[in-house]
Amino acid sequence: MAPSTWARIMATMAALGTDVANRTLSLTGGGSAAGMARMRIGYGITREIWSKKTLYAMLLPAVVFFLVFHYIPLAGIILAFKRYEYAKGMFLSPWNGLENFRFFFCSGKALRITLNTVLYNLAFLSVGIVLQVSVAVFISEVPGRAFKKTTQSILFLPYFISWVLVGAFVYNIFNYEFGAFNSLMRSLDLEPFNAYGRPEMWKYVLMAANAWKWTGYGSIIYLASIMSIDPELYDSAKIDGAGILQVIIHITLPKLKPTIVLLLLLNLSRVLRGDFQMFYQIVGDSGQLFDATDVIDTFVFRALVRNFNIGMASAAGFYQSVFCFVIIVSVNAVIRKVNSDYALF
Amino acid sequence: MKVSRDRLYFNTSGYVLLTVLAGACLLPFLLIVAGSVSDETAIYTDGYRLIPRQFSLKSYGIIFRAPASILRAYAVTLMLTAAGTALGLFLTAMTAFALQTGDCKYRNVLAFYMYFTMLFNGGLTPFYILMVRGLHLKNTYWAMLLPSLLSVWFILLTRNYMKSIPREVYESAKIDGAGYFAMFLRITMPLSVPVLATIGLFIALGYWNDWYYPMLFVEDSRLYPMQFFLYRLLNAARFSEAVMKGANVATANMPKEGMKMAMAVVATGPIIFLYPFIQRFFIRGLMIGAVKG
Repeated sequence: MAPSTWARIMATMAALGTDVANRTLSLTGGGSAAGMARMRIGYGITREIWSKKTLYAMLLPAVVFFLVFHYIPLAGIILAFKRYEYAKGMFLSPWNGLENFRFFFCSGKALRITLNTVLYNLAFLSVGIVLQVSVAVFISEVPGRAFKKTTQSILFLPYFISWVLVGAFVYNIFNYEFGAFNSLMRSLDLEPFNAYGRPEMWKYVLMAANAWKWTGYGSIIYLASIMSIDPELYDSAKIDGAGILQVIIHITLPKLKPTIVLLLLLNLSRVLRGDFQMFYQIVGDSGQLFDATDVIDTFVFRALVRNFNIGMASAAGFYQSVFCFVIIVSVNAVIRKVNSDYALF
Repeated sequence: MKVSRDRLYFNTSGYVLLTVLAGACLLPFLLIVAGSVSDETAIYTDGYRLIPRQFSLKSYGIIFRAPASILRAYAVTLMLTAAGTALGLFLTAMTAFALQTGDCKYRNVLAFYMYFTMLFNGGLTPFYILMVRGLHLKNTYWAMLLPSLLSVWFILLTRNYMKSIPREVYESAKIDGAGYFAMFLRITMPLSVPVLATIGLFIALGYWNDWYYPMLFVEDSRLYPMQFFLYRLLNAARFSEAVMKGANVATANMPKEGMKMAMAVVATGPIIFLYPFIQRFFIRGLMIGAVKG
């Protein structure tokens, strides 16, 4: 990293001057700057760090990284309660109470984008589980090694592909003048179809894109847990004359249940986070589709980058962060009840 | 042995479902390739099709006639991927090593310090203002390199793997008076090659496919990486201002339809070629991750 960049990071840290920064400084061996009183209180810490300088020096880059790129922005959520002034910056701009929130909730967008985010995620989640589990079950059961390897590879491929290419797909298929879909319509002597005038259609496009991207990825995880099922269970079922459906219903699915529940809960904890990259590449800046397809993440992005409405963007971001945190903590409490081995914290 | 009837139905529906899904997965790729080898005028009269009306490699010709900006975008992507992967992997391993030694008294506090960022974050706005106003990283390579350098998830996976290295291997090194850094380099790193290869490829894929940080922080077209270059080209017609800036198209005209698709092929090609070789590392990574959460 260029020295000048380091200098800027250090300057930002110093300017922050919060408790967090002080504590990190003393944690990382710079305690002498904080004065004698602190030295005495932090004596245990200082000695621990001094005696293993190398070890803590090895941790320093990561500590600084998370401080700069995660904790300083985290402190920046106070922007939601401020009227951002360019000249004064994030921490010195004047407070304006709940003004930003009033603006955000009165715009009428808050409910719309929250509902969109939650409903899209629930739809992706349910379609995803059905597809991923069926693919895993079929791949584990049908004969034909080469066929299974090929299909598995093809289904996993989209995971490696950038969302930008998905944007190219959408352009190729739904463009009004040249799109493959309208080429097909024309060759069947049907009226060309203006996809951008039909907002309700994009739900299915987004669901298809999400399934395209994640089916292979998810099925690998389920396949791994199918592979770890004791083969003796299958053998004894065979001896008892169980049919394939009975085997799946009574052995495979029950054995998969913990994995399904866990992945379900992990995804539920992210129910308020929209997949920005997917939504933005597919919908882009097509304003007529926003009501049907806007999620919190795309809304915040547009408010910030396109309209420079910092107040609105930070209020919506704050709202999302806080509710996400509440959801994660509650979901984790549920996981802890179901199976404490899988609890996140 | 005669195959029972339910087995027959089951296998048939399995083959049908898997074939349909695999076909649906490949279809968009085929459409892109078909578009890239279609004659431009044929696209204008008939649109994109699965089977080109008139075969032509002209679109690739146009791209490679003035390849400077494409080669530049490729070079930026390669450089970011190489630097990001090397640095990110090294820092991930070093952090993981320090967190897994029993000697670090504050390892759990520090692990939670990192983990907490996954639970609660400040969102886009403060991050954006920090990057642009605080660190002045707009229009720099750093803006595309730094934010995704470390991932908590990768650090914790690597730490868990390193924990499984038996403590005894460190004993002789300790007797020889090796410090932590020497132990990390000479013992832990070589023994962690499998997990590091996997994590390194995950990091590399992230940098290779990144267009998000360039979109947020880069306006200077000389700094565009490949995916963002493709994005600008695809959207050139939609954003007229992009066209005004030339969208880095040598001809300064609006990008042609066939050319957009040829560009998509050129940008994605390397991943498709490497895919058969790297696939298994990612599957292994998913397995490691699936063991716990």
